[in-house]
Amino acid sequence: MAECHPVGFQWVMNAKRRGATIIHVDPRFTRTSAVADLHVPIRAGSDIAFLGGLIRYVLENDCYFREYVLSYTNASAIVSDEFRDTEDLDGLFSGWETENGRYNIESWQYKDAEKGRAADSREMFTGEAFSERSTQHAAKHFDSTLQDPKCVFQILKRHFQRYTPEMVEEISGIPPETFEKVAKAICNNSGRERTTAFCYSVGWTQHSVGVQYIRTAAILQLLLGNIGRPGGGIMALRGHASIQGSTDIPTLYDLLPGYLPMPKASHNTSFQEYCEKNSATAGWWTEFPKYAVSLLKAWYGDASYEGNGWGYDYLPHLTGDHSHMTTVADMAGDATGIKGYFVMGENPTVGSMNGALQRKGLRNLEWLVVRDLAMIETAEFWRKAPEIESGDIKTQDIATEVFFFPAAAHTEKDGTFTNTQRLLQWHHKAVEPPGDCRSELHFMYHLGQRLKARYAESTDPKDRGIQSLTWAYPTSGPNDDPSAEAVLREINGYEVRGGKVIPRFTELKADGSTACGCWIYCGSYADGINQTARRKPGDQQTWVAPEWGWAWPANRRILYNRASADPDGRPWSERKKYVWWDEEKHEWTGEDVPDFPKDRPPSYRPPEGAKGTDTIAGDHAFMLNGDGKGVLYAPNGLKDGPLPTHYEPQESPVQNALYGQQCNPSRIEWDRKANPYHKAWQDKRFPYALTTYRITEHHTAGGMSRWLAWLSELQPEMFCEISPELAREKGIENGGWATISTARGEIESRVLVTERLRPLRMKGRVIHQIGLPYHWGSEGLVRGDSANELIAFVGDPNVSIQESKALTCNIEPGRRTRSRLLAGRAPGFEGAWRDLPEARNKPQREET
Amino acid sequence: MHAARVSSEQSDRLQPRTLGADRVVPSICPYCAVGCGQQIYVKDEKIINIDGDPNSPISKGCLCPKGSATFQLVTGSHRVRHVLYRRPFGTEWERLPLEQAMDMVADRVMRARELAWEEKNQKGDPLRRTMGMAHLGGATLDNEENYLIKKLFTTLGMVQIENQARI
Repeated sequence: MAECHPVGFQWVMNAKRRGATIIHVDPRFTRTSAVADLHVPIRAGSDIAFLGGLIRYVLENDCYFREYVLSYTNASAIVSDEFRDTEDLDGLFSGWETENGRYNIESWQYKDAEKGRAADSREMFTGEAFSERSTQHAAKHFDSTLQDPKCVFQILKRHFQRYTPEMVEEISGIPPETFEKVAKAICNNSGRERTTAFCYSVGWTQHSVGVQYIRTAAILQLLLGNIGRPGGGIMALRGHASIQGSTDIPTLYDLLPGYLPMPKASHNTSFQEYCEKNSATAGWWTEFPKYAVSLLKAWYGDASYEGNGWGYDYLPHLTGDHSHMTTVADMAGDATGIKGYFVMGENPTVGSMNGALQRKGLRNLEWLVVRDLAMIETAEFWRKAPEIESGDIKTQDIATEVFFFPAAAHTEKDGTFTNTQRLLQWHHKAVEPPGDCRSELHFMYHLGQRLKARYAESTDPKDRGIQSLTWAYPTSGPNDDPSAEAVLREINGYEVRGGKVIPRFTELKADGSTACGCWIYCGSYADGINQTARRKPGDQQTWVAPEWGWAWPANRRILYNRASADPDGRPWSERKKYVWWDEEKHEWTGEDVPDFPKDRPPSYRPPEGAKGTDTIAGDHAFMLNGDGKGVLYAPNGLKDGPLPTHYEPQESPVQNALYGQQCNPSRIEWDRKANPYHKAWQDKRFPYALTTYRITEHHTAGGMSRWLAWLSELQPEMFCEISPELAREKGIENGGWATISTARGEIESRVLVTERLRPLRMKGRVIHQIGLPYHWGSEGLVRGDSANELIAFVGDPNVSIQESKALTCNIEPGRRTRSRLLAGRAPGFEGAWRDLPEARNKPQREET
Repeated sequence: MHAARVSSEQSDRLQPRTLGADRVVPSICPYCAVGCGQQIYVKDEKIINIDGDPNSPISKGCLCPKGSATFQLVTGSHRVRHVLYRRPFGTEWERLPLEQAMDMVADRVMRARELAWEEKNQKGDPLRRTMGMAHLGGATLDNEENYLIKKLFTTLGMVQIENQARI
């Protein structure tokens, strides 16, 4: 955190000065480790074993927060008799279908639960977990003593019973005494009086079990009572200015704004069916139709009315995983139908996995549009790339037409970023952009104008959507810039008649009287005032600072903060007081905007036959879930199991010590010549563990840092980090060159021999880890090979994220050969080294 | 006690370069997701400095090495100022007027959409989409920009719309 989010880290240091214990878990010793109370080196890819060990410790030693767990989680729910755990089936849950490479999740359900309305459509999609909300059903049977062997609590206990400190050492390389220090620290710092926070970054997400990493932390934090309380939670330290915003108002294939799912072919054929399958039967997501209708009204105006399903038919339908890995793999194939690709503010040939395959995809395109500040590698792929350098590919043979549009900087445009804590902050335009530089807002608006003009006279029904699209944003200035404030106003929402701005999402309607571009952002423009531009100095307001910017939803700074009070609405302790029930005023009050219906007393219980938000009981702290409970065990929504399980990465130096099942059986693979995999474990050609990361002075794929002299001077060259032991073993010198290789390719870099990366001792075996920053590429002021040339296409089944934080490699002293090893060139790579069980998920488009 | 001299006649005459700014524009750091406050000093319609915003309850005036380099990011000579075009099989970049390039892109979008339109699947259920185009966006774009990208591209029938947020 001190490396990649240095300014945010000042608050960690503040906490330390006030007595907090700081624990840093990371394969490498960093600036964070230097000031932490404890650094815990871990083998990359083994975090579920470590976190699972902590869960076991909490359960075995009765360190969980019993009242919180009983009231706010599904610990007491009884699960179906059919359910079998990974303990019973050697690493698989019940329901595994070998022939389909996926789970049938029926046996994971609560006992006697009815089948959800959308249960049949779930399996075909990756996408956001929990998107088919109508599949959620509350449990029917409970055991509040937590003794029933079929209750979630006991299942959890059995599931993690073998995650002992010794097992943690064997898998993660963490000695038992270090493990115990961590376990004691978090238990002593949780409960009524104290809270513990977890912070993570992509080191936790870029794995073939990425979603389950976060789930493991969530289970631990729920058991310790650390969710929805000040100083608690799980904080994703995200790496880009508006990466949270890019999820909220998604340019993601499976979502519409505000986490509404995209329509699914044959499962959401009409608006009515779409709403039925995506509305929950209880809890807050019963409000779904209001948000869906308001979105369609915002997009299609008068052409959105009840008779045409509010214009639902203008939306395209999904038929499976259309995520970027699938798209690029398709693009790089021989029969791609993809003609054009827009890349805006992104540098995939450096930042995404398997650079060679990325560029192959670009070579197959008819046209490519790149928008950026500088001439990045993705725009230059046709003349500056490893395969061009080696002579394998010739520039004059590449047919792709490339447009490079120079982008405006954030100082040259108005707009909001949503930071990592869901805070929208407005940045004001300071100056006009130079030359032809324009904002993406400008580009999209004027492209839209052109397309609307081209389709204006069409009578083809497929063009009605674009003809009806509301696109009347006022423009101004020398470049006819569209008004970002007008766009934010539409995102916030307004009354269709009269145009009055809507102050909060609880006032959105399903009758077509309101329009709203993103329901969770409703209120960001309340009272016609740009709330995101508020800048009341921090020292002139409370410690929560509610008048700086605007946080979604409803300017709420801590989500699920109902859980900061006990079931009766009283703070768990004076010390951790945050939101509570004021009996006299008959309302929720406190330091923050309460995350609960304001006037609903803690004692409220839904009457028989209650509907909509009336189903939310007074102690349903997690009211977005149908049963109002925090999810320890997830009967729905995940493709790879209701509980997190330790699986080794796709490529690992070791065999799975816990189960016969080596890797996540549901992971997504692209097994093909240009994307070869190593042996699943102990591949003698690639004996070392490899992980990638960032450094303070550069930014992701380098587009915003490698061209800057100030930053380039601080970090002038690509390097690898290896331990003195490995350096000795391989005869590699500090400051010299080394070549790092995988089956995908090879790269060279300078060598930093350092004790920051320690060999891990795991049950007598020594595992060496090699660390690579991934910022460099062939262009910019400072150049170097890209780490991601080494990384394969492998995905988490729930969200299709790449696995780039844990793989295997080889390292040799010296520079790489001039014609370097390119993916697929060496004979015998394809499939020849596989020794995995036939349990894998191959992405394929569903029948269309 | 004799106080050490910490200034000279010359240093007494020095002034901060931000003093003569015409205006100070509030902004936010464009790098990571902490969301540090920035203040942009503008003189004669040019940015003369970018500092941390001391009022921000998030950053309290601090900026990290990247945030402190924002001035160079936005004013540096690395920035491309013209639209560039590489024709099929070409070996060099060529300049292209912005308006013409926008027209060319609009033409290509239309063509790709028409060529790869899918109205229904085999069951006769609606698809109403084109698989002929895809998009990948960075995560330092504004919310308002992402909104227009999603709104326009989705309505054109594109489903392969993706972002760094998945990466």
